[in-house]
Amino acid sequence: MILEVKNVTMKFGGVTAIDNLSFGVKSGEIFGLIGPNGAGKTTIFNIITGNYKQTAGEVFFMHELISGIKPNIIVQKGIARTFQNIRLFKSMTVLDNVLIGFHNDANYTFFESILRLPRYFSTEKRIKEAAMQILERFGIARFADYPATALSYGNQRKVEIARALATEPKLLLLDEPAAGMNPIETEDLSNIIKNIKEEYGLSILLIEHDMKFVNNMCDRVLVLDYGEEIFKGKPSDAIVDKRVIAAYLGDFTHA
Amino acid sequence: MLIEKRHFLQLFFLLVTIWFIWYAQNHLDPYTVSILNNIAIFAILALSYNLINGIAGQFSLEPNGFVAIGAYVTALFLIPGSTKLDMFALEDPAPVIMAMHSTFLPALIMSGVVAAIIAFILSVPVFRVRGDYLAIVTLGFGFIIRIFAMNNPKYTNGAMGLNDIPSVANLYWCGFIAVITFIVMINIIYSKFGRAMKAVRDDEDAATAMGVNTFWMKTYAFMTSAFFEGIGGGLMASLLTTISPDQFTFLLTFQLLIIIVLGGLGSMSGAILGTILVMGGSEWLRFLDQDMDIFGYHTGAHPGLRMVVFSILLIILMLFARKGLFGNKELTEIFKRVKK
Amino acid sequence: MDFSTFMQQMVNGVSLGSMYALIAIGYTMVYGVLRLINFAHGDIMMVGAFMAYVAHAAGVPFGISVLIAILVAIIVGVLTDKIAYKPLRDAPKISLLITAIGISFFLENLFNVLFGGVPRAFSAPNYLTKILHIGNVYMPVTVFIIPLVTLALLAVILWILYRTKYGMAIRALAFDIPTVKLMGINADFIISIVFALGSALAAVGGVFYAVSYPSIDPLMGVIVGLKAFAAAVLGGIGSVAGAVVGGFILGFTEIVVVAFMPSLGGYKDAFAFIFLILVLLFKPTGIMGQDLDRSRF
Repeated sequence: MILEVKNVTMKFGGVTAIDNLSFGVKSGEIFGLIGPNGAGKTTIFNIITGNYKQTAGEVFFMHELISGIKPNIIVQKGIARTFQNIRLFKSMTVLDNVLIGFHNDANYTFFESILRLPRYFSTEKRIKEAAMQILERFGIARFADYPATALSYGNQRKVEIARALATEPKLLLLDEPAAGMNPIETEDLSNIIKNIKEEYGLSILLIEHDMKFVNNMCDRVLVLDYGEEIFKGKPSDAIVDKRVIAAYLGDFTHA
Repeated sequence: MLIEKRHFLQLFFLLVTIWFIWYAQNHLDPYTVSILNNIAIFAILALSYNLINGIAGQFSLEPNGFVAIGAYVTALFLIPGSTKLDMFALEDPAPVIMAMHSTFLPALIMSGVVAAIIAFILSVPVFRVRGDYLAIVTLGFGFIIRIFAMNNPKYTNGAMGLNDIPSVANLYWCGFIAVITFIVMINIIYSKFGRAMKAVRDDEDAATAMGVNTFWMKTYAFMTSAFFEGIGGGLMASLLTTISPDQFTFLLTFQLLIIIVLGGLGSMSGAILGTILVMGGSEWLRFLDQDMDIFGYHTGAHPGLRMVVFSILLIILMLFARKGLFGNKELTEIFKRVKK
Repeated sequence: MDFSTFMQQMVNGVSLGSMYALIAIGYTMVYGVLRLINFAHGDIMMVGAFMAYVAHAAGVPFGISVLIAILVAIIVGVLTDKIAYKPLRDAPKISLLITAIGISFFLENLFNVLFGGVPRAFSAPNYLTKILHIGNVYMPVTVFIIPLVTLALLAVILWILYRTKYGMAIRALAFDIPTVKLMGINADFIISIVFALGSALAAVGGVFYAVSYPSIDPLMGVIVGLKAFAAAVLGGIGSVAGAVVGGFILGFTEIVVVAFMPSLGGYKDAFAFIFLILVLLFKPTGIMGQDLDRSRF
């Protein structure tokens, strides 16, 4: 288990967003978190990434307790994420967005950058090449110098994933990666995700609504409703489970 | 590419500027040179101010405070001991003040260093928490510096201020330091630190989610801004040869704010252009503060009208032309064409 | 120090604290709803003081003058929002802050042009400048009137916030503007109410300040505004009760510390700053603190 969430509860004032949730992500698997809107899926992400402090429970990453560690340190430990509503750096180019992912990898100091010492040049060269490589993997290298906002929605999503990949994670958290995409883009994206999983040796935890996507991608899923687990297992079993059907009440977009 | 097209354009401007500094100092009349000195110092301040506000996106009102610090530090290092003994009228100068003595360059560097250290001390309470406290804290900081200067005559000669500051600063000093400041800022921007600062500006939480330590990025920006603002203050002290606690008011910060907004928040070349425009415009609008004859109607002198116009200008800029002249791009980036 | 001096200073502290509280409420309400530090708010206080001065000097009875001052302050406050802040609702935060500074500077310089920078004497009516003689203590009657009026106004504000539907809308806005709009509430109208309330209180604070330190000048709102904001942070930004608590603590500290340690007199204005730094270092949410920023993700 690369990630273990143990008995996590999250309360906001009087509202219990997550209720005693436990699950684990196996190394190399794609694990899906699904459930109706407001079920608490993004909240779990925020707890794992250290942005929220859970009311109870613990999170272990590679057998190390990460609850309470600052978000940017958790990234350095190997967890990267994307956001539901694509949060690219709007004033920057595609390449610069991905280069942010290499921020911690680029090991030159502030003074070295001001004085333009050799380590600045060698490091910049290295990370720029690495960034371009990732962009090529996603088929968007030709957009490297474009403002990030100039790209199509689907391509912006790819930039966001590429940026997360630049942090060299072992676990990638994707928050509704296929949101707003048409079937062709979705197909394209699922292939890319599977490929990068193999190539970069990742484990993936993803949130999604699109059941076809989930079926296609995930080894296992956890279905949430009102912060509670109502199913854990294979996607194909999930869609015929009574409780899951009741929770969604026909909300499945593709089954 | 390690050597990009922009490097050639930058080199060109650099050489022109260096030549111009030499030419002006040696061939232009003193009045023009003094204006150029002012422009150079304001350019240094505007470039610095642009780093924390425009690049890192943290709204701050710090310049007048750090300029004051830099001015006092340099002045105290430059004024000879005997002069200090005469000048300090309210109380005898403290031993440490008497011990302060150096040539111009080390004095300037000390000004920058002291300012940067104080900036760091402010960073700790302000940047560790969420929220927009930097502006209020720096606004208050400007007042605190004045209070400190007034209430510690042993160190600062209190309300009487310092005069007879050796006049070492000239266009060479101001101009070359302006050039160096510009180069430093550009080097920061085109590096992982500049990228990270911009990321913090654009979306701090997303920056954190990519592993950026946003506290340090903001702090680096703030300390660097303070450093050069301190140096600018030191240059100002030597140029004016007399400083007092009342001199470094919010008005200075406000002028810099207009400059960087006009030039484009986040554009260093814009800040230079903004400096020239605002300083020029300020001179040109000086008539507003004096007796005016409008269609035969004698208005009488109303000092402050000029600033009313400037504040309206700022508001209009923010409402209708928020990006200023260059937006957040450098001059070299504006001419870049992206193939579709 | 003897008892009567002590009492004198206590009472002065409460009086000053009330003024800070009145102004702090406006800061905290606007920040709570818009996450904006309205730099122009301190200058609204100045506008209020000047308007009362102008009206009273023109012969208008003092009570009416104060009402005029409140009215003008409300107009200026609401207009500021409508003209300068509303168009920038969706702009990056820094644009709003810069605009607020612009408005502040504009008001200061406008009144400088209109009235000159030299402080003017503010003549308050006799019933406000009477000195009471209680035991050994001589106190201007204002030191009673000001805190009482402040507490009354605070009660009114709290009643509005917690007992009317407008107040509920204001509190809801502090959490989530888009959702409130989806509920069919005219968010802009509610925001205008917030500015109106804050400006009215600031005007009253301005009049009190003018009566207590009987001179007014265009820059009077700057330092007071800064301190009032620090008081709001101290009490817990976003909390009206907190603003009042913070205001009183600050007012008290300024008067009492200087009374007991006169050598620190020159540093009186720095206490607000010190409180601010301490709060940020140790308890950023302030005394009554609520964490306003939970919905970032």
